[in-house]
Amino acid sequence: MTESHAIELIDVRVWKNRRLILDVPSLKLPTHETFSVIGPNGAGKTTLLRIISLLDRPGEGQVLHAGQRISSGRETLRRRRRLAMVMQQPALRNSSVWENVLTGHRFRHTPKDIASRKVGEWLERLGISHLSDRNARRLSGGEAQRVNMARGLVLEPDLLLLDEPFNGLDQPTRLALMDDLWRILQEIRTSTVLVTHDRGEAQALSSSVAVMLDGKVEQIGDPDQVFTAPRTEEIASFVGVENVLAAKVIESNNGLTTASVGEGLVSLAGEYPTGEDLVLGISPEAVVIEDPSDLGATTSVRNRIPGSVSRLFEMGAQARVVVECGFPLVSLVPGSSVVDLRLSPGAQVVASFKASAVHVIRSGR
Amino acid sequence: MELIWDGIVEAVRLIFGGDKEVAEIVFLTLRVSGAATVLATLIGVPIGAALGVWQFRGRGVLISIVNTGMGAPPVVVGLVVMIMLWRTGILGGLNILYTPWAMVFAQALIALPIVIGFSMAAIAGIDPAFRQQMLALGASRSQALYLMVLEARLAILAAVMAGFGAVISEVGAVMMVGGNIKGETRVLTTATVLESNRGEFGTAIALGAILLTLAFLVIATLTILQQRARIR
Repeated sequence: MTESHAIELIDVRVWKNRRLILDVPSLKLPTHETFSVIGPNGAGKTTLLRIISLLDRPGEGQVLHAGQRISSGRETLRRRRRLAMVMQQPALRNSSVWENVLTGHRFRHTPKDIASRKVGEWLERLGISHLSDRNARRLSGGEAQRVNMARGLVLEPDLLLLDEPFNGLDQPTRLALMDDLWRILQEIRTSTVLVTHDRGEAQALSSSVAVMLDGKVEQIGDPDQVFTAPRTEEIASFVGVENVLAAKVIESNNGLTTASVGEGLVSLAGEYPTGEDLVLGISPEAVVIEDPSDLGATTSVRNRIPGSVSRLFEMGAQARVVVECGFPLVSLVPGSSVVDLRLSPGAQVVASFKASAVHVIRSGR
Repeated sequence: MELIWDGIVEAVRLIFGGDKEVAEIVFLTLRVSGAATVLATLIGVPIGAALGVWQFRGRGVLISIVNTGMGAPPVVVGLVVMIMLWRTGILGGLNILYTPWAMVFAQALIALPIVIGFSMAAIAGIDPAFRQQMLALGASRSQALYLMVLEARLAILAAVMAGFGAVISEVGAVMMVGGNIKGETRVLTTATVLESNRGEFGTAIALGAILLTLAFLVIATLTILQQRARIR
């Protein structure tokens, strides 16, 4: 018997107050990999995780764990004890860190010496051995989240479910924890489901990602594909492909298409029938801002469109620039470019991006 | 004023003078009310916790019964227990009427709804996410409930204190089912009533003062425990 899927959902539907909040006809999660579920708040991510964790039953449909149906209550408890779910809020017990991490093994009646050894090992792996005797209610947010994770990892489960584990942490703490989690997941190779609303977390930690919108899984694929080639405008706007443009094909040959967008022209890869309507997506990261004096320089970049800066937000090391070049185009540039190019509202610039950076979200009349 | 002062002087004499009868009364009071509180705690805390957390049919009705029970007059509880313990009553076979066991039974019944009610409130005060997280870590329903009780231990201790406070100070039930028999079922409250009726106000005030002191000592001990646990 092969266990090719850690989890399989078949025709799962969940209603809340007569509203369908989860509708998943089919979803298969791979074993020994990290699978991310991303979506905005209220998209049904946590509901999905609770169904997978067997904490809630779906109103309709089946959830298979390692190919098996779970029917009786006793079976549910046994299966629940082979997975671990780490919830968004740490909800730690009012006792020592050690006792908190030991909790799951207490539920399972693990022999004391084995449990102690594992608790010691996982405190070490998460870098919180020194907190062992501290009261868990007196920890910082980052420390508490590490204890929260240790509590799940110490069970060495078949399936690890993480619900927004980095929520509410400040940036350095978050990055450090993400780094450690990534390393640990690489080492243990446990089938993991990570629920997040953050694209960066999904990209950094998982090998495949599902985008959930409004209770439905809208797209599944490897993170790079999903984030650069979203299937619909809704997914595009959620995953941060901010430039979603309506275009009309003017001409198309030799694998290259020219389309009109607003009052400007855009070149893109691929051939489409003349006159066809397209919806184009361009990631802000793919759009580079240049000085107009560079316009003469030769380059392989197809799209070099002169325009003027209409808005500018500086956000730490990066700046978000909106260039009006016949249509509004959002660009994410390094903060240093703001100084180097003397960017300010009204400044004349050239927005450039490769034809291959233009992704066709939808085509048709 | 003088009456009260005389009573206090009499109390000091009774306590430190080594009055055997008073010592027996104090000892029995503590034993009866202590046992009743322990019994009510063992039964009431799990019930209160379950009522506070689990959703089931009839929960609302049960909560209403508990709330009513919290305010039930001890004398009515005493009456019911007495009828039950009569030789012809449903528990007549136990043959414990007018013994300390009957008093423990009646007082436990008085303390029970108080312990249940306060425990229920204590458990309901815990973040629901806590229970979910315990279940997510593999707890069975009863294991999760047990950890919630542990988590709410300070508030549960308050429930126990409230139960003890209610029974050590009640007079109606112990009088009816104990009978205030000298040397057998006489406790501080029934003795106080008796001395007042006899016009021995000095002794009555002395017994009242002893009762107050006892209640204060027990509650103070529990409060200190509670405070210490909180600081830890």
